[in-house]
Amino acid sequence: MTQVTLSGLTKIFDEKSPPAVDQLDLEIESGKLTALLGPSGCGKTTTMKMIAGLLRPTSGDISFDGDSILSIPPEDRGAVMVFQNYLLFPYMTIAENIGFGLKMRKVDRKEIRTRVTDMLDLVQLPGFEDRKPRQLSGGQQQRIALARALIVQPNVLLLDEPLSNLDAHLRDEMRELIRRIQTEMGITTVFVTHDQEEAVVLADRIALLFDGRLQQFDVPDAFFESPQSVEIAKFFGGTNFIPGHYEGGEITTSIGRFRAPRSAVDGGDAVLSIRPEAVTLGAAGGNSVMGRIRSHVYVGRYARFRVTLGDIEVEAVTDPGQVKMFNDGDEVPVTFDSNKIWVIGPAAAHE
Amino acid sequence: MADTRIEPTAAGAGGVAPEDKERRFSWRITGRWVGITGLLAFLVAPIVPLFIWSISFRWFYPAILPTEYSARAWTEVITPHNDVLGVAWNTALIALVVTALSILLGVPAGRALGLYEFRGKRLVEWMILAPIIVPGLAVVLGIHVLFIRAGLSNSIPGVILVHLVPTLPYMTLVMSGVFANYDTDFELQARSLGASRWATQRLITLPAIFPGVVVGALFAFIISWSQYVLTLLIGGGQVQTLPLLLFGFVRSDPAIAGALSVVFILPAVIVLLLSSRYLSGDNAAVGGIGNI
Ligand SMILES: Nc1ncnc2c1ncn2[C@@H]1O[C@H](COP(=O)(O)OP(=O)(O)O)[C@@H](O)[C@H]1O
Ligand SMILES: [Mg+2]
Repeated sequence: MTQVTLSGLTKIFDEKSPPAVDQLDLEIESGKLTALLGPSGCGKTTTMKMIAGLLRPTSGDISFDGDSILSIPPEDRGAVMVFQNYLLFPYMTIAENIGFGLKMRKVDRKEIRTRVTDMLDLVQLPGFEDRKPRQLSGGQQQRIALARALIVQPNVLLLDEPLSNLDAHLRDEMRELIRRIQTEMGITTVFVTHDQEEAVVLADRIALLFDGRLQQFDVPDAFFESPQSVEIAKFFGGTNFIPGHYEGGEITTSIGRFRAPRSAVDGGDAVLSIRPEAVTLGAAGGNSVMGRIRSHVYVGRYARFRVTLGDIEVEAVTDPGQVKMFNDGDEVPVTFDSNKIWVIGPAAAHE
Repeated sequence: MADTRIEPTAAGAGGVAPEDKERRFSWRITGRWVGITGLLAFLVAPIVPLFIWSISFRWFYPAILPTEYSARAWTEVITPHNDVLGVAWNTALIALVVTALSILLGVPAGRALGLYEFRGKRLVEWMILAPIIVPGLAVVLGIHVLFIRAGLSNSIPGVILVHLVPTLPYMTLVMSGVFANYDTDFELQARSLGASRWATQRLITLPAIFPGVVVGALFAFIISWSQYVLTLLIGGGQVQTLPLLLFGFVRSDPAIAGALSVVFILPAVIVLLLSSRYLSGDNAAVGGIGNI
């Protein structure tokens, strides 16, 4: 098990454009599953290649268990990367593909053969030894690529978008396979994704990257409960934002004043954020304002209302039964649960 | 290559319906046959009249075939005092060294051109194309002076070097096409799995570019093998090759010229046939030439 530390890691491909990876500091915990999350082009693959030793950083350092590994060539790092598009070697059989790493390590042929068979069992493709890569479907190729990496028992496993090329049902299967293998073998694993849901479901911790810069490194629920910026909250989606001024545990907005003990800032211009599930309709009390129902949809397990409060509009997700209680155009009290309000610094402050 | 295609596809891997597959398979075979027959006809047909010339003794209009035959030309070709075999060997040796050097220099050059963007790339491309576009004679007249100063004229090393002027551009062009369609991530993947630089070149890069290398090498070999002007100028008559010998006989003795032509063309045909599978079908090794 290996702890991976990135410090000030930077990659500049081209002097004229901004760095692909910019001053990245990250402590990737030993034996855990960490997600590198961010929109396309934010530097995820570049970061992975640098950890694997396939790309030289412009500056900064990478260390495994405290020792810098920058001078160690990729084949000796013990960090194996699985590329997004599988890259099975087309001239080799499946068995030769999976056994490749062991062959490079001069393991004898008989042992390679038994371990290849074990790996095929592990990824649930027994008997595939003699097939050629092009005879396999995308999902099967993905599993072979995973087996080919796992067989060398890497200290660090780097998976670049392991699920993005698979259709929905295969994705669930693959997700479970990765989780199961990772837990069983306890390999420090970093996986890349641009899908926040995937990161939340699979990862122990998520590192969120925008434009090569680390935004937040946290456990999954923190991104919903305490996102550090409006951009982060927006990336995870579905939140209401109301601009205002924060002071002494209260935020004053154009529609009223709300108690808000939880906050990412000390005071000043700020944004009130609240998830639709924490907005209740009907019962007046503390943190309530009057609103008018503009529209609603009945989804079955829940109902979603759009409510106008003065010059702004918020979304509320409620018990489906409430559909019968309110009509569009009704005036209703709208309550924000003060413990669910999260105050963030204003969007502009964050470049 | 057809061999991997005719294996049954993986169960559930979304293969083609059986009857459909068979139809496609037979088309493939037919296509192959047409290709090979065409190639043979195209390459072998010109040899036939040459061969007839070489064994004719009397052949005047309006006879369609010679009226008298003779083995004189072939005896001349084989007798040691003309040293045809020695010259053929010389020609082959020069062509082989030229081919080897073309591979050694052309593969890395093609890789650089096909894979990377760098400042002045356009200029480099033009400089590589120049010897193909500009008449060889013009290039060589310039080079000749340099070669005389460097003591390379009238020598085999000099001839080999000057043959590289037309062969290297071809090799580089073919390889840049190959590399333009090549994904270097395969090499990175191999390194990450534990392969050294050298093992990666041997096990990953080479198999991927091999068809292209074969095609480029073929170009290089044939260009060198059939070179006349460059050899004459730089070799100064001291370096004898088959084309020089052949041209000497064309006016003086058509029968011997015919026999020599057969000796001259055969190796090229054999090389071409041996590598025909790299020139046709899915390999499409030269498909990327258009990229430059
Ligand atoms: N080899 C390269 N040369 C130049 N720019 C590159 C190269 N690889 C990636 N980039 C640039 O670096 C940025 C990050 O790319 P990448 O790490 O692939 O993003 P992601 O994997 O997050 O989608 C992009 O703007 C991309 O265009
Ligand atoms: Mg990527």
